[in-house]
Amino acid sequence: MAVLVDITKCIGCEGCSVACKMYNGLDFKAKPRNIKDGHLELDDNRWTVIQEFHTANDSLRFVKKQCLHCLEPACASACFSKAIQKDEKTGAVVYYPDLCVGCRYCMVACPYSIPKYQWNEQFPQVAKCQMCEARLSKGDAPACVSACTTGALISGDRDELIKKAHEIIASDSRYVNHVYGEHEVGGSEWLYISDVPFEELGFKQVSDTPVTNYSKSYLSKVPFFAAGWALFLAGLTYYNHRVEKNKKNQDDENKDKED
Amino acid sequence: MKVKVYKCFRILGWDFTITPTRFVLTGLVALMAATVLLRLLTGFQFVTNLTDETPWGMWIAFDVMCGVALAGGGYSTALLVHMFRYKQCEVVARGALLTSLLGYILVMAGLFLDIGQWFNFWRPFVSWGYTSVLFEVFWCISMYTTILSLEFFEIITERVLVKKLHRHILKILPVLVVIGLVFPVLHQSSLGGLFLIMKEKMFPLWWSQFLPIYFLMSSFFVGSAMVCVETTLARTAYGHEIPHEIMLKLTRVGARIMLVYLLMKIYDLFSMDLWGYVFQGTLQSNMYCLEMLFGIIIPICIIISPLRKTRGGLLTYAWLTVLGVIFNRLNCVFTSMYESGSYFPGIGEIIVSAGLVSLGILIYCFLVENFNIIGNARAVQVKIDKDKDIKNLIWALLRTKRH
Repeated sequence: MAVLVDITKCIGCEGCSVACKMYNGLDFKAKPRNIKDGHLELDDNRWTVIQEFHTANDSLRFVKKQCLHCLEPACASACFSKAIQKDEKTGAVVYYPDLCVGCRYCMVACPYSIPKYQWNEQFPQVAKCQMCEARLSKGDAPACVSACTTGALISGDRDELIKKAHEIIASDSRYVNHVYGEHEVGGSEWLYISDVPFEELGFKQVSDTPVTNYSKSYLSKVPFFAAGWALFLAGLTYYNHRVEKNKKNQDDENKDKED
Repeated sequence: MKVKVYKCFRILGWDFTITPTRFVLTGLVALMAATVLLRLLTGFQFVTNLTDETPWGMWIAFDVMCGVALAGGGYSTALLVHMFRYKQCEVVARGALLTSLLGYILVMAGLFLDIGQWFNFWRPFVSWGYTSVLFEVFWCISMYTTILSLEFFEIITERVLVKKLHRHILKILPVLVVIGLVFPVLHQSSLGGLFLIMKEKMFPLWWSQFLPIYFLMSSFFVGSAMVCVETTLARTAYGHEIPHEIMLKLTRVGARIMLVYLLMKIYDLFSMDLWGYVFQGTLQSNMYCLEMLFGIIIPICIIISPLRKTRGGLLTYAWLTVLGVIFNRLNCVFTSMYESGSYFPGIGEIIVSAGLVSLGILIYCFLVENFNIIGNARAVQVKIDKDKDIKNLIWALLRTKRH
């Protein structure tokens, strides 16, 4: 399941973020924890936020920010206890608090810095959009998409949505010819189209190579290296052992001769 | 000539020396214990300054990253002594082993404090997130700490449980040494591997596909430098003298690796076309230049110049190398991912880090004074004034064995 965000259609009504808080039982009264460059950022009680951007020609754009649910999620690959997993069926990147140790490697690993932490809790957990995985598995759209009144959020099959996005871009010359999320770090379930260049809307410019490739290629070499190194050391130990034994024998012989 | 031998209590045959420094250290440990309790019961909010922007703070960067690197002395010395038969260096092997073991125990303690749901620390043993580099680090560090403890048991059983255990430990020791050389090499490199996935976040000067190799190499050369620093400290405290040639021999192997490290770093600058970043004049590029100049280039210059023949020169090399590697690890965690720079370690984080180091020093002193680690059955702490004849007196003191 994927979602296409048409930034031109968003009016910033915050319906999606309210729906998100209601569905996920988040605290409405929590003060914003992270504000960066005047923009409200995600935190443990805000799994999705709407950010306002004044563009160069003085028009207003609203950008919905949440987990992009990568096809090759760095957070899931970085988790050493499998507390974040990508659901095969729905494509949602889901967090399982019971398995979480709390090392926060996912927060550091995510190229978009999406996962946040419950810093005020006694036993804090990671907080991020789960794409309403329970709704998805029933065939519903995520809560935020259902709440969207202007059609800025459309959910559906990823390939079809990409096709649709390109159709929209082709039909209207005001759109930027770029579907954000189609290829970014290997692609994501959430896709964005916009009439304002993405750099101006706070979207991070990333390469198309999934970051998981680097750690994967490293880890694939480790077993061979470990085995080779262990064999080398064992061989060397045996060699040293022999050298010492021979030396000892020789010493003994010399001693015998002297006697 | 003034030699001050501190008060030493012998309780049930164990020596407990009391010095003013140790009073302070014990105080720090007590302060840490209180902070740790607060941290474990209330979470991070009152103790740390961690934020969503810097989820990894001082505990990871200093206690874990630097701790593991500095504990590299154990494996690098073991590799040289047991595998490549640098037999003269055997005198430092036990000291290096002990520092490593303490380093790793403190690293484990630091890690334990840093995880949010600490009662879940055992999860990765059963829920295998094998795609994560941290998984490898976790397994290797736990395995290696176990192996190190077993190796250290050889020294412990020279005094305790001599009849029951000592010969068994001696028998399995060669196997332990080999396994004990596989794990550290694996996880020193995988600590660098942790950063591979942060390609999009790190400043390009620090990210490289060779990061695992860089971390491995730097842990190797910082190992011998750390042994050098540590034996110098032990000399001031215990009058334990290591011949200069042996230290020089040990550090020169490290320095050769350091040269290769420098060449690879320069190759990186060419292959990824990063020279523009080096002299950009921003915070990151300045930090990078500082790190390379004082942590790598100047130490190499010292070791190839005649300065290496003086004790001061070698010690300068060692300290610069140690500080350089600490600087490198801090840069990797903080500077390279610097965004708005709101993080500075909280008072609680500093107390805990200082307390852990103090605890390490206290345990080191206790073990050295009770077991044969730096060449005597028991070392005796003496205060050295600058007097030339003092060495003889210290040796005389050291030779007073128990019984």
